[in-house]
Amino acid sequence: MPYPTDRKYTKEHEWIQANGTSATVGITDYAQQSLGDIVFVETPKVGAELTAGKTFGTVESVKAVSDLFAPASGTVTEVNGELATSPENVNKDAHGSWMVKLTLKNPGDLDSLLSAADYEKFVAEEAGH
Amino acid sequence: MSLVEATPAIRKTALNAVHRQMGAKMVEFNGWDMPVEYPASLGGGIIAEHMAVRTGVGIFDVSHMGDIRLAGPQALAAVQHISMNDASRLAIGQAQYSALLYPEGTFVDDVIVHRLGEDDYLLVINAGTREKDFSWVRDNTRQFDCAVENLSDDFTQIAIQGPKAVNLLQKLTDADLGAVRFYWVTRGKLCGLDNILLGRTGYTAEDGFEIYIPADEATSARLWNEILAAGKELGVVPCGLGARNTLRLEGKLPLYGHEISDTINVWEAGLDRFCKMEKPEFVGRVALEKAKAAGVKRSLVGLEMTERGIARDEYKVLDAGGREIGYVTSGSPAPFLKKNIALAYVPLEFAAVGTAVKVEIRGQSVGAVVVPTPFYKRPKMK
Repeated sequence: MPYPTDRKYTKEHEWIQANGTSATVGITDYAQQSLGDIVFVETPKVGAELTAGKTFGTVESVKAVSDLFAPASGTVTEVNGELATSPENVNKDAHGSWMVKLTLKNPGDLDSLLSAADYEKFVAEEAGH
Repeated sequence: MSLVEATPAIRKTALNAVHRQMGAKMVEFNGWDMPVEYPASLGGGIIAEHMAVRTGVGIFDVSHMGDIRLAGPQALAAVQHISMNDASRLAIGQAQYSALLYPEGTFVDDVIVHRLGEDDYLLVINAGTREKDFSWVRDNTRQFDCAVENLSDDFTQIAIQGPKAVNLLQKLTDADLGAVRFYWVTRGKLCGLDNILLGRTGYTAEDGFEIYIPADEATSARLWNEILAAGKELGVVPCGLGARNTLRLEGKLPLYGHEISDTINVWEAGLDRFCKMEKPEFVGRVALEKAKAAGVKRSLVGLEMTERGIARDEYKVLDAGGREIGYVTSGSPAPFLKKNIALAYVPLEFAAVGTAVKVEIRGQSVGAVVVPTPFYKRPKMK
C-alpha cells in the first residue's frame, strides 16, 4: 500500500494533510490493518482544542482500544460523522476516511513529522519485529 | 555467578509455522504464540471468522489446551474427588463440562471430562493453567489407584466449529458422525490416520468437533491443510483466538481468569447445574455448602450497552447514581448479535434482568442493562 505523499505521518500512525492553516487528520492503513475490524471511533466535538502529541480520541477494534494522538495543535472545525455509524469505512479506506478537520495553531508543527517515505520505512521496521 | 533468570520461552503449537505462512496476526496468549485472526484474503478478520462459525464452519488450532489422563482401577473415584460434576453418570464415550475446585470452592480451572474407557478418563484443561492443573490433579489423586499422565504435548487439537462442521469432518472420516451426540466422542480413521479421537465439543456455542491428532509438525500441517481443502466448498474459514473469544462470550462460556478464578466460587459464577452437591464428597464441597448457607453476595450477569460505548474487561460497573458496584469480566462487540455486550459481577440486588446500570468507559458513565444469558443460543438441530 503506497502512502500518499500529499501528507505527513506520525509514529503513532496518524496522518495529517494540511492546506495553509486548515488540516485533515486520520489514521494510516498500517494502523487499520494492525487494529483489525474497527467498530468504534470516538472524536472530540467541533471547537475542541487539540495539543500536538496528546490524545484526542479513541479507535476501537473488536479486540483493542487505541488512543488517537494529535499530529499538530489546533481547533476542531469538523468531525466525520459517518464514522459514528460506519466505523468500518476506516478499514476500507484509511487514507480517505478522515476523522477530524482542524485549524492549525502553528502549521510549522508538521515540519517535525514523517514524510510518506520515512513513514513507510518506519512501519517496515515495526512490522519486522 | 549470574543472577539472570531465563525468561520462559514463548511456546508454539505444531501449527505455528502454518499460521505464520498463512499470514495470521500472532499474539501472545497465556505464554503461547497464537493466531488472533487470519488475513481478509483468506476470509479472515475477527468479524468474518465469527460469522463463518455461526453460519457455516471455521477451524481453530487449539493445541495450547492441555490434556490429563487418569486411568486405573480407581480412576472414577479420583475424578469424582477432584471435579464438581458427577462423572459416574458418564457412559463410555460421553463427556461433561466440569471444574476442578480449591477447598474454598473457587476455581482451579474448568475442564471437559471425557470417559474414554471403563476406567479411563481424559480431562481437557486450559492453556494458561496446564502446569498448575497437572500438579494439582497429581497431588490430589495420590490416594487413588490410578495413573495420572500429562498428555498435553502429545496432541495437536483442532476445533472444527459451526453448523456445517459435521459435513466437513464427515468428508474426512469413516466414523459415523451423525450418530455422535453433542458432548460425546468417537474414534475413527481420519485422513489416513487410524483411531483418532473425535469429540463433539467446542467453545463457540455452536455445534462442532474437537479432534486430537499426533503433535508432530508434518502430520499437524497435513491435517490442517486437508481440512481446509475439504471445507473449501463449504466456505470454511481459519479462525483465531479473537473470534474464539467473541463466540464464547456470546454463548456465556466462562474463561479462566475472567468469569472464573481462584477468588470466584461456583455459585457466584452461576455454574450450579454442573456442580453436583448430591455427590457425598469432592474438593470444595464443604466450602460451597457453607457459602450457600451464608448467602451468595454477587452474581455473574449479562449486560447489553444501551448507550454508545464498548465495555471491556475490568471496566467498573456503577449503579444509576454512579457508585461502583462491580466489574466487567469480559466485554466486546458481539459480531453476530451486533450489540455491545459484557459479562460482569454485580451484587445480587442488581442482578435482575432489566436492571439499569452504568459502565465506566474512560471516565464516562455509559448506560447498560442486565439482559438474559446466554446472549446467543444456537438454533435447535433438526
